[in-house]
Amino acid sequence: MSTEVADNTSDTESPATYKVIGTRPVRHDGADKVTGKAVYTDDLHVPNMVFGAFVRSPHAHARIVSIDTSEAEKMPGVLATCTSADLPDPWDKVDNLGEGCVNYAHLSGNVLARKKALYKGHAVAAVAATDSYLAQEAARRIKVEYEPLPATMSVQDAMKEDAPLLHDELITHTLGEEPARPSNIASHIQFEKGNIDEGFAAADVVIEREFKTATVHQGYIEPHVSVALWNEDGRLKIWTATQGSFVVRQQMAELLKMPVSQITIVPCEIGGGFGGKISVYEQPVAAVLSRKCGRPVKIMMQRDEVFEATGPTPASFMRVKLGATKDGRLTAGNAWLAFDAGAFPGGVIGPGAMCVFSCYDLPHATVDGFDVVLNKPKTQAYRAPGSTHVAFATECVIDELAERLEIDPIEFRLNNAAKEGTRRVDGPVYPRVGLVECLQAIQNSDHWKSPLTGPNRGRGVACGFWFNCGLKSSVTANVNADGTVTLIEGSTDIGGTRTSIAMQLAETLGITAEDVIPQVVDTDSVGFTDVTGGSRTTFATGLAAHEAALDIQEQMVEQAAKIWECSQDEVTVVNGVYQGNGKSLPFKELAVEADKVGSPIVGRGAVDPQGSTNAFAVNLVDVEVDPETGKVTILRFTVCQDAGKAIHPSYVEGQMQGGSAQGIGWALNEEYFYGDDGHMRNASFLDYRMPTCYDLPMIDTIIVEVPNPDHPYGVRGVGEVPIVPPPPAIANAIYRATGVRFFELPMSPPTVWNAIKGQTTGD
Amino acid sequence: MKTHVTTTINRATVEFLCQPRQSLLEVLRDELSLTGCKEGCNNGNCGACTVMLDGLPVDSCLVLAVEAEGAVIETVEGIAKQGHLHPLQQCFLEGAALQCGICTPGFLVTAKALLEKNPQPSEQEIRFGLAGNLCRCTGYDKIVRAVQATSKASPES
Repeated sequence: MSTEVADNTSDTESPATYKVIGTRPVRHDGADKVTGKAVYTDDLHVPNMVFGAFVRSPHAHARIVSIDTSEAEKMPGVLATCTSADLPDPWDKVDNLGEGCVNYAHLSGNVLARKKALYKGHAVAAVAATDSYLAQEAARRIKVEYEPLPATMSVQDAMKEDAPLLHDELITHTLGEEPARPSNIASHIQFEKGNIDEGFAAADVVIEREFKTATVHQGYIEPHVSVALWNEDGRLKIWTATQGSFVVRQQMAELLKMPVSQITIVPCEIGGGFGGKISVYEQPVAAVLSRKCGRPVKIMMQRDEVFEATGPTPASFMRVKLGATKDGRLTAGNAWLAFDAGAFPGGVIGPGAMCVFSCYDLPHATVDGFDVVLNKPKTQAYRAPGSTHVAFATECVIDELAERLEIDPIEFRLNNAAKEGTRRVDGPVYPRVGLVECLQAIQNSDHWKSPLTGPNRGRGVACGFWFNCGLKSSVTANVNADGTVTLIEGSTDIGGTRTSIAMQLAETLGITAEDVIPQVVDTDSVGFTDVTGGSRTTFATGLAAHEAALDIQEQMVEQAAKIWECSQDEVTVVNGVYQGNGKSLPFKELAVEADKVGSPIVGRGAVDPQGSTNAFAVNLVDVEVDPETGKVTILRFTVCQDAGKAIHPSYVEGQMQGGSAQGIGWALNEEYFYGDDGHMRNASFLDYRMPTCYDLPMIDTIIVEVPNPDHPYGVRGVGEVPIVPPPPAIANAIYRATGVRFFELPMSPPTVWNAIKGQTTGD
Repeated sequence: MKTHVTTTINRATVEFLCQPRQSLLEVLRDELSLTGCKEGCNNGNCGACTVMLDGLPVDSCLVLAVEAEGAVIETVEGIAKQGHLHPLQQCFLEGAALQCGICTPGFLVTAKALLEKNPQPSEQEIRFGLAGNLCRCTGYDKIVRAVQATSKASPES
């Protein structure tokens, strides 16, 4: 355990060439959030509001024979009930929600079960009542008759020929010939590059291993919560905790078959998301209940509902095979990946398959990926969705190859690292990327240079990749009479993006971060903006803010020319200072003058940057394993990441540290325990063991800045990739501490203890 | 049937009526509009609802409101005084010790209690003291540092 406060400031940040970017101002919403004034959805008390509660399936798989709501409806204070019959017949339409696609038939069936309940906790009905206790009591009085069916709980079992089928008509979507019979395999993805036989033939060493990972949850502290108000004029308003107000609007419009213009989504402050607050759950149900009772309806999930009935990220079963020459060059790779999609098709196997070899320049590779349905909640994105799973497999095999070849694990990775011009197995060729720089920064770190001594201790290293995306963002920026700028945006702020976006506007205009007043507004008050996800917000909404600033600058030049009685061509702008006709004013003072003489100055920015900005991270971790208990203690942890450009370094570090902590939890403790009945046995924060303060050391950060050529300030986005490398880095460290390689997550004390015991007794 | 309860909350006398089954968290949030304390789990696992009750930090979801009769309570709303942030709040802001902010009120209440009892805690004492509060965003690094910074800046040091 680290006893000293290590200096975790970056040592490779570029020299300050900016006035605002790279500084660490206090976040704009800071005072609200440290005084308890910030308004999260559950803090709302909308006048005349009532409360909803769900009825959920007690079975992992069951036919719904009948639902009788009559007894509940007779209770005084019960105002409405709702089942899937109250939702329009869903259409089989696939839509892009920014980070991942959704099939609305599946989504509707997940919101409220139709013919079958497909997992324990699947919502079957709901009720609204005048208080929340009454709603829960009424939910217990709704009688559902089930015909239980055999359940299938692991990808290996679900893929078997004789497995119980979840969906009678599910035919595997594949590049090859479609199978004649339905199965639980929703899709089979294949990638191929070069000639794999040739590649493995050229290898001196080939290692193939099989890996398993457990279902894990994003674990945001705020449960899912919404208030819906369906007015008598047909307009629907929803206050909700979401990563993307516009994608909630889009999902509501499709599920309820109404135009988007009839729906307003108000994004409240959000208490964490990590990919789990994109899909809708309670929103459509609250809306239908509100329509039926004519009053605003609040539904907040209990914590066990969040675990059992929202979207954790998949369990997986993977085989990875890699070959290398004696001099340390990778020659070929083959991956076979099966991810659990949960109860409906469309898990995160796609990105998983794309990421499996994404850190390396592999001349020959094939990847087979399978999306498998089973009787668990529909899986969703969780921070770099799919990439953490596959990094665990690949980075452990890479480590074993390096060891077998007697090559330093960082050198081996450097020999083969993806760089500009490397073609990924799924096709794209990388532009300038920063993996080599991250590996070198780790090599140059004090951590790497400090030897680790003592018994039962080991050091591990691993790399991780995530695409990062662009997508649509809009902002409006209003210049105020005092020269400040109000920035209106649609990106919900989960981790300080109000400030990182405002700082880019400020930099472009030559004002301070404090001179910008960022506001996150509802879907009627700003242009379309995709989710806060995909590590895109500081990149894409920041780009929109930069555009809005340039728009403002153009209008300011126009006004300056008027005030100074010169032509616009004669007005120059340098570092936010406007000059013309022998006169000179900084932005703020000119704005005060401009306000007196012309029309208001309003800037607009609307962007849709394409492609990936390609984030890489590298971890270096020291562990100590207690041979008596199997408990793994993280002694020292360094995360290095290419941020492109760190706009607000503190919040970049925060993303790196928070992602690392989630990766550590995934590596060492977190998992859904299922009983034979398909029930989750640990649906509470006490038993689903996320890291506490006491479980972790300080997390040292090294920010590398290899600028993204497609952003004016070089931003790549930072949110997701830090979760990727911790599990393999820790597995590789545990190996060096114990001599045992681990192929299964989590590496919890019983697993580690059993493995050590097996080794010493020869079991 | 409701029970009448008289308490002191954030230095003011407060009276409320509550059902015997209502938790202190529910009353603070739903009856008294003190929504700074948050519900993350409603079973004492996450610490987002932490308040001071007679000088001790407690999970207000595990306290029945009727038990608050005669008690002295401080919530996150009571930490800043006379328009000034408490040094701990200031250090949280300057140290970027929050991201989504949902756990922040609970951490502030717990950390303030810790520093009042032990003004110069070691890193391990801070980590132990805050272990009942879950944060999923920050990895705790900057939270621990913010508590250290507050401690260093305090007059006792």
